[in-house]
Amino acid sequence: MTTLPDAKGRFGDFGGRYVPETLMNALIELEESYRKYAADDEFNAEVNYLLKEYSGRETPLYYAERLTEQLGGPKIYLKREDLNHTGAHKINNAIGQGVLAKRMGKKKVIAETGAGQHGVATATVAALLGLECKVFMGEEDIKRQQLNVFRMNMLGAEVIPVTSGSRTLKDAGNEALRYWVSNVDDTFYILGSAVGPHPYPMMVRNFQRVIGDETRRQILEKENRLPHTVVAAIGGGSNAIGMFYPFVEDKEVRLIGVEAAGRGIDTPLHAATMSLGTKGVFQGSMSYLLQDQHGQVQEAHSISAGLDYPGVGPEHSYLKDIERAQYVPITDQEALDALKLLCRTEGIIPALESAHAIAHTVKLAKEMTSDQLLVICLSGRGDKDVESIMRYEREGSL
Amino acid sequence: MSITGQSQNRMDVTFAELREKGETALIPFLTVGDPDPQTTVDIIVELQAAGAHILELGVPYSDPLADGPVIQRASQRSLTHQVTIDTCLEVAEQARSRGVIMPFILFTYYNPILQYGLDRFFEQMQRYDISGMIIPDLPVEESEEMRRRSRAAGVSLVPLVAPTSEERIASILDGAQGFVYCVSSLGVTGERASFHNNVEQFIRNVKANTDLPVAVGFGISSHEQVRQFSEFCDGVVVGSAIVRQIESQIPLLTDPERKAEGLLQIRNFVSDLIGPK
Repeated sequence: MTTLPDAKGRFGDFGGRYVPETLMNALIELEESYRKYAADDEFNAEVNYLLKEYSGRETPLYYAERLTEQLGGPKIYLKREDLNHTGAHKINNAIGQGVLAKRMGKKKVIAETGAGQHGVATATVAALLGLECKVFMGEEDIKRQQLNVFRMNMLGAEVIPVTSGSRTLKDAGNEALRYWVSNVDDTFYILGSAVGPHPYPMMVRNFQRVIGDETRRQILEKENRLPHTVVAAIGGGSNAIGMFYPFVEDKEVRLIGVEAAGRGIDTPLHAATMSLGTKGVFQGSMSYLLQDQHGQVQEAHSISAGLDYPGVGPEHSYLKDIERAQYVPITDQEALDALKLLCRTEGIIPALESAHAIAHTVKLAKEMTSDQLLVICLSGRGDKDVESIMRYEREGSL
Repeated sequence: MSITGQSQNRMDVTFAELREKGETALIPFLTVGDPDPQTTVDIIVELQAAGAHILELGVPYSDPLADGPVIQRASQRSLTHQVTIDTCLEVAEQARSRGVIMPFILFTYYNPILQYGLDRFFEQMQRYDISGMIIPDLPVEESEEMRRRSRAAGVSLVPLVAPTSEERIASILDGAQGFVYCVSSLGVTGERASFHNNVEQFIRNVKANTDLPVAVGFGISSHEQVRQFSEFCDGVVVGSAIVRQIESQIPLLTDPERKAEGLLQIRNFVSDLIGPK
């Protein structure tokens, strides 16, 4: 397990490197540089320094006592990734890739963003490291997330509106890849999720595994045993793979990824890639994918822009196929209800993405007992979503 | 239908004939189904009349990440007609029935082929007399099975070589078939004023590494550029410029009264690309 991906970037059938020839040498160079620096003490010291002193790690593993009481099931802990600088786990990866870009001598970075969290994290790190930053963002998402666009501009990044396709996250990813093909000589692409061509899924996982590594150590310190269940929301799957990976060899720990069912998996408006997707090649790798019978990629839907993506990271597809992790859908409404539940029981406004993990915990709690431990990855804070939620409540849609 | 196909590949014959005459192949690209499948057949007839030698039939795709805005828009227009690989094969067949003899190659992203099923795909490529395919998101490392099957079917998997390929060139060309497609510059498809520095050196380097015909594409849009590349290339691909021309003729092409006029404009555009002999 810990040896995957293999030399070709494969997790079983999944992963690989399906990109235009023009990018191949850049990806090979990226992989070689990453492997070199991942083994370099100085590089790791710099990344760890920034994670600690700049982002505020380690993040707490917080015992949610009132939520536990309310649900009457397992003892629930929240891994507080929302307390990171910029308010989500995205900064872990942006710091790692940003420092790598600097070491590789690249002065310019680009990123794709959906809700804007990864865009903000990349703009932040670019400002910190003195790198020029362009963020590709779908025109639809720009409309929905004005505040994050403004935030990125304040941080000195240029936000480039993407008008192709459905004008959302997947198209922002396409456009970032297209830009990279044209500017591969001097530009580093900071990809935000555990998706894309090799080495990105591996690299993003390794920069995010700090979530699971800390959680494992913290739960052993607090409880002297491993959790029964670990729950994380999954769009592309970066917080989930970061949380799951250090537990994969602990077979007794149940791993559950929660994807967005949108209006319901029996409607066309969902992002339930694991529940309803089929194997295909999308944005550089083989994985499960929402597509029609002719291989055309379908548009996803979720109240949460971070989960609104028709693909999923290849390592998750592998974990599903070998039945090491389970993946379940949660609807927009269930996520909203869970968001409010956490607000009122714990005084924490979670991101809509993370609310999906809470919503599934509500369901699990009924079958679990008080002697069992459950950890939720609270991947981000919900401030960014407050406006959308207001609109949703008023108009019944986003 | 060819069973082994090996020596009968229509495209190989065309390149051999052109080489004998000392001519360069003009290889236009169009997106099948733009603005609709029937008009695509009409356009193909015009392209042959204008003097095109080989035709790239673009299969529309929802996420064409190697393509610039012109071909992206064509893909979107085409997908409103639910154009599939089967549609493209039917268009090819209809063009043949109207006397088009130039070789066809499919330009398609990998996922539509995967979902079509590889067995069925190669059967159909043979049945519909398609000489080869270009798959822009299938680098040599991922292409082992496609290469094996294409050799067995006598359908060429045309490799792409980029200015950044450098030491990868040898492995890409090893066992390649059909022709070698040199990408003129970094970036996606689309017209451009300038090419990669030393593009001529790059292409000559590729030529030194293969006996296959070598064609160049990405960004070639004028007679002047076609002429310039013809001096050292066996083929020149013109894509976005033709797709843009088709796009600009849509008001005529979709008006039954004026369709012939629109088709003539496209034919003249391609004749002008080739220029006087």
